[in-house]
Amino acid sequence: MLSTDSDILKAAEGWRREGRGVALATVIETWGSAPRPVGSHLVIDHDGNFLGSVSGGCVEGDVLTEAADAIEDGKPRMLEFGVADETAWRAGLSCGGRIKVYVEKLG
Amino acid sequence: MDLSLLSALNAEREARRAAILVTELANGRQRLVRETEAEAEPMSDELLERLRTGRSGTVERDDGALFLNVHLPPVKLIVIGAVHVSQALAPMARELGLDATIVDPRTAFATPDRFPDVPVIAEWPQDALPKLGGFDRYTALACLTHDPKIDDQALLPALQAECFYIGALGSRRTHAKRIERLEAAGIGAEAIARIHAPIGLDIGAVTPAEIAVSILAEIVAEQRRDRRRAPQTRPAS
Repeated sequence: MLSTDSDILKAAEGWRREGRGVALATVIETWGSAPRPVGSHLVIDHDGNFLGSVSGGCVEGDVLTEAADAIEDGKPRMLEFGVADETAWRAGLSCGGRIKVYVEKLG
Repeated sequence: MDLSLLSALNAEREARRAAILVTELANGRQRLVRETEAEAEPMSDELLERLRTGRSGTVERDDGALFLNVHLPPVKLIVIGAVHVSQALAPMARELGLDATIVDPRTAFATPDRFPDVPVIAEWPQDALPKLGGFDRYTALACLTHDPKIDDQALLPALQAECFYIGALGSRRTHAKRIERLEAAGIGAEAIARIHAPIGLDIGAVTPAEIAVSILAEIVAEQRRDRRRAPQTRPAS
């Protein structure tokens, strides 16, 4: 069964309480045919385990890398993906949409 | 995000209360606005509208952009009647992320064997509903027994609790009798008009699975009301 956002947030809390480094990624804005709605979450731990989705799989790889950095330095960051820029092409948001993802450390 | 803030948000979700997490995008500052606190907020109109529609999004303000992440409780679906249509409906409801429970006092119908996907309570609605936390705005009710003794026990409290979806199986004639009973119980015309009867979108459904699709489609349509397009007029053929 697919994880609901409430399972994801509960897992994020549980992981943090276990002492793991945890980051939370949230879809802030979408344009065009973005696969996941605004407010969707992806939770990532310091080992790269993750739950949830911000794009249905297209840009998760890049989000995981940024999440690892956020866990490291504690600074939130805003990521943008879309077909128009090179990074996004690499990340493969091929549906033609654009998304903005906020990544923050869970303190 | 602070762990204590996430904890507070999870507590609201657990208690089936709506809340909005407000993030100042320029500096990462965050706070939680519970549904009961929204009215007293400076941006109350914006917050209340978002709680109504469930839409998250960014608001541009003079002092910077705010991201409002709206957390509504997961939709609970209570099905009265462990009937054939319910058997088809249960796995589909689960796939849609609806938190479904089947209630039917007839023990021959309400067996876990017939419903491997969802919880089944073999009791009268008036006894089963308190165990399910009762009705709220985020609950959908589908009455499918055809038996007024059973269905009406759920219909009355669902109307009072303003469930976002209330549907009842039965022909127009059955529904006319239902309306008479509800009126006799003191329910107003406006409340009665909120009942979807005959239940389900008109897709010409015949089989139990097709009827289940029509009911679930109607629930989704109600849930996503603000996203629906205006009815399209068909080109003349």
